[in-house]
Amino acid sequence: MTADGVPILRVHNLETYYGPIQALHGISLEVPCGRIVTVLGANGAGKTTVLRTISGVITPERGQVQFAGRNIGKLSPDQVMRAGICHVPEGREVFPFLTVDENLRMGAYTRTDKDAIERDIQTCFDYFPILKTRATQRAGLLSGGEQQMLVISRALMGRPKLLLLDEPSLGLSPLLILQIFEIIRRINRDHGMSILLVEQNANIALQTADFGYVLEVGRVVISGDSAELLQREDIKEFYLGQRGTSARAAQRWKRKASWH
Amino acid sequence: MGNPRLVDPARLVQLTVSGASSGCIYGLIALGFVLVYKATEMVNFAQGEIMMLGGFTAYTLIAKAGLNYWLGAGLTVVIIAAFGFLLDLLVLRRLIGQKQFSVVMLTFGLASIFRAVAGMGWGYDPVGFVTPFTNKVVRVGGIVLSETSMSIIVGTVLLCTALYLFFARTRMGLAMQAASQNQLAAYYMGVPVKTVFSLVWAISAGIAAIAAVLLAPVAMVDVNMGLIGMNAFAGAVLGGFGSIPGAVIGGVVVGVVEQMAGYFLPAGFQETSANLVLLAVLIIYPQGLFGTLTRKRV
Repeated sequence: MTADGVPILRVHNLETYYGPIQALHGISLEVPCGRIVTVLGANGAGKTTVLRTISGVITPERGQVQFAGRNIGKLSPDQVMRAGICHVPEGREVFPFLTVDENLRMGAYTRTDKDAIERDIQTCFDYFPILKTRATQRAGLLSGGEQQMLVISRALMGRPKLLLLDEPSLGLSPLLILQIFEIIRRINRDHGMSILLVEQNANIALQTADFGYVLEVGRVVISGDSAELLQREDIKEFYLGQRGTSARAAQRWKRKASWH
Repeated sequence: MGNPRLVDPARLVQLTVSGASSGCIYGLIALGFVLVYKATEMVNFAQGEIMMLGGFTAYTLIAKAGLNYWLGAGLTVVIIAAFGFLLDLLVLRRLIGQKQFSVVMLTFGLASIFRAVAGMGWGYDPVGFVTPFTNKVVRVGGIVLSETSMSIIVGTVLLCTALYLFFARTRMGLAMQAASQNQLAAYYMGVPVKTVFSLVWAISAGIAAIAAVLLAPVAMVDVNMGLIGMNAFAGAVLGGFGSIPGAVIGGVVVGVVEQMAGYFLPAGFQETSANLVLLAVLIIYPQGLFGTLTRKRV
């Protein structure tokens, strides 16, 4: 076991390309054991690319990904999962023609401890009771929110040491977003699970996380404790959508308003 | 039109049974098409030739080496399944992400290579081997049915049941379904997707080998027997190319239509009926009987 607070994931100077286009320009970040860390940024900032590089879908051009003291930068996605990282991709990638129950069992594909698998399915149903009533339905027929609950539960079935969450709030109603983030906090609290959370919804992400990084065009531009980031003027202005107090911000606000 | 014939019910039953039995062979080959297509989105036009290789392997083991029929058949399935696994591992895996056209050309090329190699190895004369079902008949209330036809139908039903249980109940079967529905998500669950796809190739090759063993008492094994793969392709399209029950049912329908066309229509229609079915489906009902349109929820 890694002691609480010691980095379980350490990403160092990561550079990733899509063909000739460089998506990440040397990103470094850490996830302390048992904590929630969030990565914020606008569309195209490279948030998803960071997660995909960690989980082995993209091989980095330069830099290291160290997980629990082991270099995992060159592993394939299934090997990364077996090392203890479960990735919940954006866009609710369920198995549409499998039932909810079968989707959950697929999450436990690498496990052989049958009794514990049954118990974990019950735990998932405790977190998201709606899934229990949908257990025998095909996952493709669920609503967007239910699918999001399913993919989070499915990742938990793999009993990861680190959970990667990619925009769990995408396309969900505000009430549902609150529910899902409440569960994310509970998962972290109950199991001491480390979580790396990518979000566009900076407000709820910073309220959930212990620590945050802000990405802009493939670089980390700001990092700090969540409470601290929530107070920063530039974060408030650009990511929380609050009206700035500085003259420049007011001007910007006015300009923006006049477009309509 | 030729002379009108009397249609007595017994004759009709016999025609249907023998049509269904050749249709089962089409169905099994169609199953091979569909399994590979669902998993890897490749259409394997060498499926019929893999069956032909299975026929020659069984001939070598049973007629030449003198193995017991059941042992020889079992060994054939294992050998051909391993062949399918290696084919994917060494050749076809490299084409993932390439254009569909490249895959079609490659598998057509493989088919001619297999025919040529089989010709060099086993010669161009048709060969056969004796099975427990050869030249026996079953009488059901005045209707004479050959035991070979029945063995093909029973064999297909048993195989389909086994495959259904495998896909629905086993961990690996579920992983194959998952990997074909959402490859990336399957990777994230720790499924070694590439190996799983090679196993799908092994299963379809193994099914083709079973088809060859079942077909052997009815038709001789020769270099060109793989051409019935085209009729099977019509069956797969009729079934909706992507539906597993659809493949088997489509194959059976093509087989029955073929027999009926041979009996009721002028000479020549029997051989072309599968292609007519294919054309008709593509023009009138291109999604096929059991075709499903998948839409992703946003």
